[in-house]
Formats: sequence, structure tokens, C-alpha cells
Amino acid sequence: MGVTALLCTLFAPLVGAAVLALIDRDQHKAIKITALLFTVATLVTAILLIPAFDSDNGQMQFAVNQTWISSLDAGFRIGIDGISLLMVLLTALIMPISLLASWNTIGKHLKEYYALLLILQFGMTGVFIATDTFLFYVFWELILIPMYFIIGIWGGKDRIYAAVKFFLYTLLGSLLMLIAILWLGFAAEAAGVGFTADLIKLKAIAPHIPIEVQFWLFLAFALSFFIKVPLFPFHTWLPDAHVQAPTAGSVILAGVLLKMGTYGLIRFNLELFPQTSADLSGIIAWLAVIGIIYGALVAMVQTDIKKLVAYSSVSHLGFVVLGIFSLTVEGVQGAVIQMVNHGLSTGMLFLCVGVLYDRRHTREISDYGGITNVMPRFAVFFAIAMFASVGLPGLNGFVGEYLTLLGAFRSPFLGSWSFAIIGATGVVFAAVYLLWMFQRVMFGKNDNPENQHLRDMSRIEYWQMVPLVLFIIWIGVSPRTFMDLSEKSVKAVVEKVEHFKFGKTTAGLP
Amino acid sequence: MNIAALIPLFPLIGFAIIGLFGKKLKNEKLIGIIGSGAILASFAVAGTLFVQMLGMPAEDRLSIVKVYTWIATGSFTVDIAYQIDQLSLLFTLIITGIGFLIHVYSIGYMHGDKSFPRFFAYLNLFVFMMLNLVLASNFLLTFLGWEGVGLASYLLIGFWYDKKFDGSHITWTGDAAKKAFIVNRIGDFGVLIAMFMLFNLFGTLDYTTINDSATVVLSPNGTAVILITLALFLGCTGKSAQIPLSVWLPDAMAGPTPVSALIHAATMVTSGIFLVSRTNVLFALAPTTMAIVAGIGISTALIAGTIGIVQNDIKKVLAYSTVSQLGFMFAALGVGAFTAAVFHVMTHAFFKALLFLGSGSVIHGMHHEQDIQKMGGLKKHMPITYRTFFIGTLAISGIPFFSGFFSKDEILWYSFLNGGMLIWGIGALAAFCTAFYMWRVTSLTFHGEERFDVAHVHPHESPKTMTVPLIILAVLSVVGGLVGIPHVLGHYLHIPNLLESWLEPVFAGGSALIRQHTGDHTSTELTLMTVSTVIAIAGIMLARSIYSGGPEKSDALKQKFSTLHKILWNKYYIDEIYHMAFVGPILAASRDFLWKIVDVVVIDGIVNGSATVVGATASVLRKAQSGVAQNYALVMLIGIMALLSLVLYSTH
Repeated sequence: MGVTALLCTLFAPLVGAAVLALIDRDQHKAIKITALLFTVATLVTAILLIPAFDSDNGQMQFAVNQTWISSLDAGFRIGIDGISLLMVLLTALIMPISLLASWNTIGKHLKEYYALLLILQFGMTGVFIATDTFLFYVFWELILIPMYFIIGIWGGKDRIYAAVKFFLYTLLGSLLMLIAILWLGFAAEAAGVGFTADLIKLKAIAPHIPIEVQFWLFLAFALSFFIKVPLFPFHTWLPDAHVQAPTAGSVILAGVLLKMGTYGLIRFNLELFPQTSADLSGIIAWLAVIGIIYGALVAMVQTDIKKLVAYSSVSHLGFVVLGIFSLTVEGVQGAVIQMVNHGLSTGMLFLCVGVLYDRRHTREISDYGGITNVMPRFAVFFAIAMFASVGLPGLNGFVGEYLTLLGAFRSPFLGSWSFAIIGATGVVFAAVYLLWMFQRVMFGKNDNPENQHLRDMSRIEYWQMVPLVLFIIWIGVSPRTFMDLSEKSVKAVVEKVEHFKFGKTTAGLP
Repeated sequence: MNIAALIPLFPLIGFAIIGLFGKKLKNEKLIGIIGSGAILASFAVAGTLFVQMLGMPAEDRLSIVKVYTWIATGSFTVDIAYQIDQLSLLFTLIITGIGFLIHVYSIGYMHGDKSFPRFFAYLNLFVFMMLNLVLASNFLLTFLGWEGVGLASYLLIGFWYDKKFDGSHITWTGDAAKKAFIVNRIGDFGVLIAMFMLFNLFGTLDYTTINDSATVVLSPNGTAVILITLALFLGCTGKSAQIPLSVWLPDAMAGPTPVSALIHAATMVTSGIFLVSRTNVLFALAPTTMAIVAGIGISTALIAGTIGIVQNDIKKVLAYSTVSQLGFMFAALGVGAFTAAVFHVMTHAFFKALLFLGSGSVIHGMHHEQDIQKMGGLKKHMPITYRTFFIGTLAISGIPFFSGFFSKDEILWYSFLNGGMLIWGIGALAAFCTAFYMWRVTSLTFHGEERFDVAHVHPHESPKTMTVPLIILAVLSVVGGLVGIPHVLGHYLHIPNLLESWLEPVFAGGSALIRQHTGDHTSTELTLMTVSTVIAIAGIMLARSIYSGGPEKSDALKQKFSTLHKILWNKYYIDEIYHMAFVGPILAASRDFLWKIVDVVVIDGIVNGSATVVGATASVLRKAQSGVAQNYALVMLIGIMALLSLVLYSTH
């Protein structure tokens, strides 16, 4: 059942895109409903993965292995572990919400738009479940195309600049990754296994590649992922892409796309090059910490709400990277749940910005003020999203931030408290920029005539946010429902790193 | 003892019901009943536990009620679990008891407000979080409550979000709310770091385990324990408004007055005292930190007390008074008088809630006037408010046999005994200020001539829902001190110090580590008690002589000491200094350097620059792709020849 559910989760969106192609382009309602049905169906199949999944097993489950290019030993290989499962679930949840966010706001080329969204989902799901380097690369590149068009066609005023910047930045990264994938294959050949793209085989071989070579391979993968995350200083494509993208684009970008980078860091960098990961953890952790503070400070001085939220992502993803390179179970688990959290709460923040933008067609903070007066219901949702982002205990963000910092604090690899202590100041700054923004937008007197007759949230806007709120509270109150799924997988990764870093040095001891 | 989990549950249910359906209920009475009822139910459960506990031997009084495992990953596990013991139960009784009275009061005070349900939802949320804070069995759950009360405080300070509020760099109530949350967050950063250190050393965040093994794991006055306690204390200075993080509390008065009474006087701001009490073993292991706590506490007591003398907003005076009284409590903690600190938490909760609610009654009766210069003569218009407020004034001033007398005196006594002459002296001076500014407020508000427009303003006594809580609190302010009669007096009257023996097991660990002064100090103690009584009366007499006539005398003084008055009026310019030293520079650096230079010029410059280079190179190379076959053939030929010559040359 697991395999079937996994295949359905992967292919249902693609089938959906094909079905959309058959519908007449003027049948707007039919297009929207079809697309929504397919994403909801995907969500159902994704949820069905949970009961079938064995969370006591840290290895890949529901594996499918079909040879594709036999000379390269590349195949259609998929499977999930706990980390992939959470990402797949996040993707499946974010998609129908993004569709609802587009419902009344996307006016042109509906058919293409929804088809692209579904193809995007196919690609994203594929990235999270591929266990073959070639297949992974194909999915990774596949995503670039729909996202490029979504920003470039349905985006804001400077959409072309943003789309091209997004495209070039990520393309540069993925080319490096392609080189690394080929190099890895040859390394396997050199090790006597023959050229392969099989990630499971590579996981066994790669850690034994000479350490100087590992360094370059690690770097090629890491750069590609850093750009996607984005880690400081590779982040400048993000504010532009977010600002120009339509609401749904931003939600998917923040909610899922960025996680491909952090997911890649765990799946490739940590698992393939455990020792190099340990060796370089300090430098990367510094970049992460700088990103936390830098993103927060720059977010603080933005005058455009969407840019503010975009920079906050740089800060929040800094926590994730810090957690990953703490190389402790607590830190990596915190990072994984924080990936989910960021998708939910920042996704919701973008939805909120979208609600405001749809009414006023401005993103300037100074154009607002006292909005609570006319939109009290919206104020509640906006506040919840904000406090989730602030990392208030009892809501989801706290669990992730706390654990990533705890991991960094006690990491034997980082070996210093400074990462966690400096990183924790980001928690203070998060309160500053978010509360200040909220103050200027929602509180005070509503004395701008243009703001005095805004209608409160529509039913469709309401139902986009309700599921997010439920998960925000659920994860905050009882994170184990989700974290237990990935515990064993994360443990396996961390133990591998520990083995390769310390195993050698302690091998001689009794 | 599993009913203990019900204590926080009731307010949570109240919050959920009112929060989700409050608007649809459209019935103030019903909402008021649900809101207050939830707190009363918690109080009843706490009372039941209290009675049960009285029947147990002291060593069996601690129990842990586990609800479920909150977070568990790697080696980190933390439960949602409640620790029921003498300390948490005492705080619970104060929170739910006073909380209930203030809920009832709010039914009258908030009557007719368009957001009546929202107010009660927030109040219930606050009580829920506060109960988690004090009942938690581990640091992380306390931290949930700790930040949770910060949330409730934020929501309630900014409750009237479209109302202006005058403060330093503050225009709206929402600014004050934001300031409170952010300043508290700076403190919370300390708690966060302390928790990391504690988990690293102890492998758990449970209070009982840490307290039990602290003496084994930590070396006395070692770096680790000093850092841990200092980090925790940073959190306390935030939540309990001590220097250097005291700046938010006076601005928190932007919230409705019942909020000021409950959150910003009686309960939330005492969280810091709770946390130090809960971890008294850790603090007792770090004498260096203890000295800092005592120093900061007593300085805050004096500094806030002096500011209180010149303020004209009735609530601001009370706010600075609160900061000052909290300073007393920290001074007590710092000199190791844990029981005295908790005792003062309790009596302060009674009389400060009373004073705030009294001021609320005045504001209500005066149609939202808060300036005491525009009041006067309210005695005859609001007799119940006046009498109860008067009792509160006597209690806080430390007039003998009122509740504040016993608790403040105990603090001053231990300051002298364990801290020395200097701490006692500063404390006595601060106590003098207390008596002075409180009499000033009472006098300007209730005594003398009416200084408002009698023809248009008709002050009236408040409704019963407001006056009954006042009366109850007044009674408590009078008799509340009897549970902690010092031995020096109790000895003759054969009355034991009930509070001390009740809390004894909680503080046994910490007290054992602190050098206790033995010997007979009866005469010294009695002398100091007399001195502090004289000080209180002197403060009142001085205020009386200045303010009982017209404003002439005080105006003359203002003229005479104009520089001093200006400094006090501007609160020692602390807000301005912070703004100049931190807020301004950080904002400017972020905007003008990080964003506009690093991001836009440097990084994007490199990115766009390399794109331009690629583009330029491509446009040159593109010319090679001319599409003319002859050219291609020529290039090919050259290439082949070059390769050929290379091969021939190298093989030679």
C-alpha cells in the first residue's frame, strides 16, 4: 500500500496537469475545480503514507527501483524515510492552500497557470523522494521552469528581472550539482562498483572517497543547496523573487522550494560526505548565524511588507542550517521540524500579505495602519502567523528554533557556545521586526480614507488559513506526532557522521 | 492529586469558549460569568489541594503530575507536567484568588466596551499562561508560561489599539505593547541561554532533579553557576521590570486598569521572584550573583521610588511604585531572605491590586481623567473607593500591623542582617519615598478642594461589581500580613510565622547554603522596626505638609529644585539613553549599511556584474557564429593544423 500511495502522491499532480490540458480554456471554474481536486487527492494519498510508514525504521521505505539508462546505472528509484515523508506531507498540504490563494486573484491564462502549479508539485514531490542522483537532478531542474513562468507571467511589475535572477542563480547552482553527480558516478566506478546514480549505493561508497576529492564534491552540492536555501550571502535572489511572485508563488517558494535546499544538505552533504560535513560544520554554522542576524536586521528596516517577510526567511532558514550543521540529533530534528514550521508560518504570513495586497494593491507598510478596525477577523489570523514566526512557545516555531539552538549549543562538532548564543539574539530581533510591522499595519488609527472600507476576510481566504493554524498549534503543543516520524532517520544520519568523524579516532581504543 | 491539571485547564477552556464564541454570545453578563467562573473553579481546585496538603506531613507535600511528553528527541525530553508544592500552590492561590476578584471587577469596568468578549478571552489566556509558569515542573514549561504571559500582556496593553498613548518614542498603545514584548524578549534570551547551559550540565530541565543534584554538579560560586544564574536573572529583570530592563512597565499602563492591576502589579511581574525562588539552590550556590541581585534590587527600589514622587498620572505613580516594590523583593532574594520576598509578593499583590483597582474606580468615576492635578476632593463623591484606597496607602507605606508593614520590615531586617548597613540604608530611603508618594497621590486625589470643573464633571461611585472586590482586597491588605508575623513579635504573642514554616521545605536547599546569622538580635530587630515605622510616618507627614494646602507649596519646591525635578520627571532619561545608544544606531546600520550597501551594492553588484560580464563575453563570442560556412571551414582548418603541428612536435 505504501508504494502505491507514494506513486499516487508523485504522479497525481502530473495526471492532473494532463487532464487540465483537455479542458477548454474558457471553462475557468472547471479548470480551478479540477486542479483543486487533484491537489486534495494528492493530500489524501500523502496522508495515507503515514499509517503505512514504519517510523521505527530509519532507512528508505516503499522503494521502487526501475532501470532507466542502464549504461549509467540511472534509474527511476524512489523511496522515503522520515525526513522525506515530512517534506512530502508539507508539499501536499501547501498546494491546495496555494490553489485557494489563487482562486480569485489569478485572472489571465488560468489553464497554463494551474497546469504549471501541478507540474511544480510533481517536481517538488519528486525531489523529496528520489533516491537516484540523476532522477533527483531531473526533478530539481524541472521545478525551475514552472516557477520561472509563474513569477515571469503572473508576477508584479519587475517580474522579468526577478524571474531571470531566480533562474540564473539557481541554474548556476544546479550546474555545479550536475558536475558533482557525474564525478560521484565516476568515483563509484573507480571504487570498482561501476558508474552508478543509485543513491543507496553511493551512500556506502562516497564516504570513502579521498578526503580532498570529497571536499570539492561537498562544495559543489553545498553551493547549489545554499543558493536554494538561501544561505547568506547567496540570498539576494529571494527578496526579488518573493516580491514579484503572485501570492501562491510566494507561498510555494517559502513553503516548499527553500526546503529543497536544506533537504539536499541533509540527504546529500551529510549522508554522502559525513566527515567533510563535520570538518566544515564550523564555517557553515558561522554563515548560518550571520544569516540569522543579517536577515533579521535587514528585515527590520524594510518598508515593503513582502520584502520584510522575505528577509525574515533568510533569518529563519539560518536556524535550519545551523541545526543541520550542529550534527546532533536534537539540532537536525529541530531543523527538520523547523523546515515544516517555516513552510506553515511564513506561508501563512505571505497569505496574509496577499489578503492585504488584493484589497489595496500596495505593499508599502506606510500605506496601512489601524487595519484591525475594519478587518478584525483577519487581525486574528495575521497575529497567529506573526507569533508563530516570532517563535512563541506553544506555537510551532518555538520547537524548531529551540532545538536547533540547543543542538548548536551542545554540538561536539561545533564545540562552542557562541553559535547558539549569537543565534539566539535572532529570536529577539524576530520580535522586533515582526511586532513593529504588525504595529504599523494593524494597530493605530485607521485614518487613511482608502483603508476605511476594506472588507474582512472572505470565506475562501478564511479556509486557506484555518488548516495552517491547526498545524501551527498542533506542532507547538504536541510536536512528537511529527517529530517521531523523522527521529530514526535523523538518528541514522547523525550516527553516520559521528562514526566517520570520531569512529576513526576512537577505533584504537578498547 | 491528579485534579491539579484542572487548575490551568479551566482558564484555557474559558479562553477557548469566549475567544471562539464570545462575539456571538452578545451577552456581557454571560461572558463575565464564564470568564470569572473559570478562574473561580481553578481557585476552588487550588483551595482543595491546599486543604489536602495541610493534612500531609511536610515531606510528602511535593508531587508531580505528568500530563504528557511534550518534546522528545535525541537525549532531550521534556514533559508537560505540573509540580504541586508549597511554593507553586501559594502562587496559584494568589493568581486565581486575586485574578477572580479582578475578573469580577472588570465586568463593571469594561461594561459597554465594544470588545468586551475579547477582553475576557485575553484575561483567561493570561491566567492560563501564568498558571503554567508557576505550576510547571520544568524550565521549558515555565518558559512557555513566561512568554505566554508576555503575549497576554502584549495583547492587553494594546487592547485599545487605536488609542493614543503618550510615552517616550511612543504614540499608540500598540507601541507600548510592542515595547513591553521586545524588552521582555531580551530577558527571555537570558532564560533561553540558561536553559541550554542547565541541560548541558544536568541532562534534564526538571526542577526537582536540578535542585537535588545542583550541589553535586556545580561547584559553589564557580563560573558555570554564576553564568547560569546571571542569565536567569537577566530574564527576571525583564519580566519583573528591574534595571536595566525596567523601562517597559510604566508604559504598560496604556492597558485598561484591571490589566495593570492583575498583570502589571499583582501577578506577572512577580514571575522573576518566582523563578529565583524556584531555583533558590542555584542562586544560593552563586554568592556573586546574589550580590548583584541584591544590588540591582535595592537600586531599582530607590530609583523607581524617586521617579514616583514627581509623576502626575495616577497610574504612572503606581507603576513606578510597583517597580520599586519589586526591587525590594529582589533585594530580599539577594540577601537570601527567600521567604520574605515571597511574603512581600503576597502582601503586595493584595494592596497593589487594591490601589490599582481603586485608581481604576477613580478613572471610571472621573470619565477617564488620570491626572491627579485635575482631581481633589473625591473623598465625598466616592466614599468606598476612598476608604479602601486609604487602607491600601497605609498598607504599602508600612504602617504597623497593616500587611505591608510585616513584609517590608522583614525585607529591611534581613537586608541589614545579611547585606549590611548600605543596603538597609538605601532600602529605608526607598521606603521613605514610598510613604511620601503614596500620601501625595491620596492627598491630591481625594483630599482638599475639587480642582476639576464641578459644573461639568460629576464623579460617581462605581458599581458593586467594582466596589466589592475593593472591599475584599482592603480586608486582605489589613490582615494579610498576619500569616508572616516575625518571630521577634510572635514570640511574645505566641503566634508562629505560618508562612515561614509553610515555605520552609521549598527553601531548605537554598537556605542551607547561605550563612545564617545566629544569636540573639531581638533588640536590634525591634529598634530597626521602630526606625522604619518612624520613616514611614515621616514620609507621610512630609507629604501631608506639602500637599494638604493648595498647590503653592509644591510649586515652590518645584521651582527651587527645578533641575532635580526635571531629571526625575524625565525618569533619569533612561529611555532616551537607550534610544540613542541602541535603537538608533542599530536601525541606521541595518538600513544604511547592511541593506543598502552589503545587499544592494556588494552582493547584487557581484551577481549582476558577473551576469553583465557573461552577457558581454557572449555578445563578442556570438560574432563568431556568423553562419558563413566558409568561415567555419577556415577556423576548422586552422584548428586541425594547430593540433597536427602540436602532435608532430611533441612526438618528435
